[in-house]
Amino acid sequence: MPITYTSNEQVEVYRFSIPVTIGIPLLALFAQAFIPLRFPRFAVYFDLPLLVTIFFSMARRNPVAGLFTGAVIGLAQDMLGHNPIGIYGIAKTVVGYGASSLGVKLDVENAGARFLVTLGFYLVHSAVYFTVARGLVNMTQTWSWLHGMLAGLANAALGVLLYFLLDKFKQRT
Amino acid sequence: MESVLGRYRNLIILVGVLFLQVLGLATQVREDKRGGSDAQSTRLIRIWVVGAITPFERGLVWIQDGTSNLWHNYFYLRGVRAENRQLKEQIEQMRLEQVRLSEDAAQARRLQTLLAFKEEFIAKTVAAQVIGSSGSDLSRTVYIDKGENAGIKRDMAVMTADGIVGKVLVVYPSVSQVLLINDQSSGVGVILEKTRLQGVLKGTSTGEVVLERVMSDEQVPLGENVLTSGGDQIFPKGLPVGTVEKVGNGKDLFLNIKVKPAANLSKLEEVLVLIEKQERQQTAEDSGRMRAADILAQRLPSVPDKPPEDAKAAAAATTGTPKSAAGTGGSKPTTTASTASPTTKNLPGAHNAPVAGQPGKPADLTSSSPTSASANRAADSKPAVSRTKPADAPLKVAKPSSAPSGSSPSQAPPATSPEQSAPAQTPSSPPQSDSQPPAGEASPQ
Repeated sequence: MPITYTSNEQVEVYRFSIPVTIGIPLLALFAQAFIPLRFPRFAVYFDLPLLVTIFFSMARRNPVAGLFTGAVIGLAQDMLGHNPIGIYGIAKTVVGYGASSLGVKLDVENAGARFLVTLGFYLVHSAVYFTVARGLVNMTQTWSWLHGMLAGLANAALGVLLYFLLDKFKQRT
Repeated sequence: MESVLGRYRNLIILVGVLFLQVLGLATQVREDKRGGSDAQSTRLIRIWVVGAITPFERGLVWIQDGTSNLWHNYFYLRGVRAENRQLKEQIEQMRLEQVRLSEDAAQARRLQTLLAFKEEFIAKTVAAQVIGSSGSDLSRTVYIDKGENAGIKRDMAVMTADGIVGKVLVVYPSVSQVLLINDQSSGVGVILEKTRLQGVLKGTSTGEVVLERVMSDEQVPLGENVLTSGGDQIFPKGLPVGTVEKVGNGKDLFLNIKVKPAANLSKLEEVLVLIEKQERQQTAEDSGRMRAADILAQRLPSVPDKPPEDAKAAAAATTGTPKSAAGTGGSKPTTTASTASPTTKNLPGAHNAPVAGQPGKPADLTSSSPTSASANRAADSKPAVSRTKPADAPLKVAKPSSAPSGSSPSQAPPATSPEQSAPAQTPSSPPQSDSQPPAGEASPQ
């Protein structure tokens, strides 16, 4: 069991059942695609697949599992849009790897830590997406710190609530 | 070496996974630039994901609609009677409006007939329901519940009653992906309703819709309607797109025009997919019994008709003209000469009236003028018949008769009456117009 830097306590490494491992990301993708039909601003500020990626990666505390989780969810999200496949995939791979690496080092079980981690990773995700979309795919993108911070805060707030719900599905190893 | 690999195992895997994705991305971008499509090359994997997500969306939309229908159709009927009365009044007003518009439309069709325009018409549409979106503000697409099975194909136009929505981007068996007009990769050929300026409508990364390629020295009024121009070969001409919301100076020599879409793109529910367009030329049957020249001539100010005595005298002079004379050669239209209706012949100044935008083309010029080439020829050949025709007689559309449309009047059947060989009453008709048939006449049945 890894030992955290923050509390020097052994932290738990969790695992999830197969239905949860498949069903929760699918549900997040479905909600991300469906909710904007009723609430158009939802897609502008919230990224449910990102929150699910961060949650699974932090709970598993395994960088390889985290990066693959991020890659699969990101690629699936890419496929719902019309842009080239891989932009979300790359961004969420980086986030999955970073979140699980951080989960090994830090105690991310409390709400405050989760809020900050989610905010930070939202910005990382946006930065990677922006770089890939502009640098590799030559898409026209504009970076806005204001929008980034607002969306990051919104995602962090939603993430804290969501993580507490998803904690119910955790299984101890 | 092994210790290094073991130590940096996670990082190496990360780099490997990222490298593979970048490679895949580069392949797609290269294929796009070669003219291919990522939707084609990665179709199977997209089908899997879309197939996994859309059934849930479809089911949820079905449940939602069912509940909504149950509520609205059975429980929530308050105010229906008042609404019904209001709608009836509205129908009455719309009927009056329809009468006026149909008159204008009929005239437009007649004019198009004369000019041999070909126009695309909406022949068949399929109604579809929006069941999902891409879930990203960087990819403004929606999914509809109709696909290949319903006859939908790529690049078909999608619209609502308010205006255009986008085009079909990817077609799956039972769903389709629609690219909205506010996506930054979309482009629609548009025209401004009054100023007739043409441009390209594009989306931006922030979801706005802008009109590009309009020169900065043009005047674009706010609130002007934007319509499709038909130049993109996707949307038929004349569909509403939106209104001009803001005009500013853009890059280079172009204006930056922000357009407010007519359709509410953020709250789409039902859409129509244009699955069949019909390109046809207006035919004479479509245009009714009267020529546009006649209509126009009737509307123009004219000299009052001659007194009845003169008319009777003229009629007496022409009674000797055999009625079948004009039918010589199997051509039915003696009434071709009807273009020289009493009103028309009283417009001496209109002989050389040019058609706007068509200088130097006498054939076209004459085709839309009351004293068109056909009218002149008819007047040359059968002036008596034309002048004795009563004003209220049913008028028929000029047909090319037995002579081919490209033939000159010299090849036409000879006149049978002495009057027909009389000198032309409208000598202003230029000779070259005779050798070049008017476009309006060249529309055989």
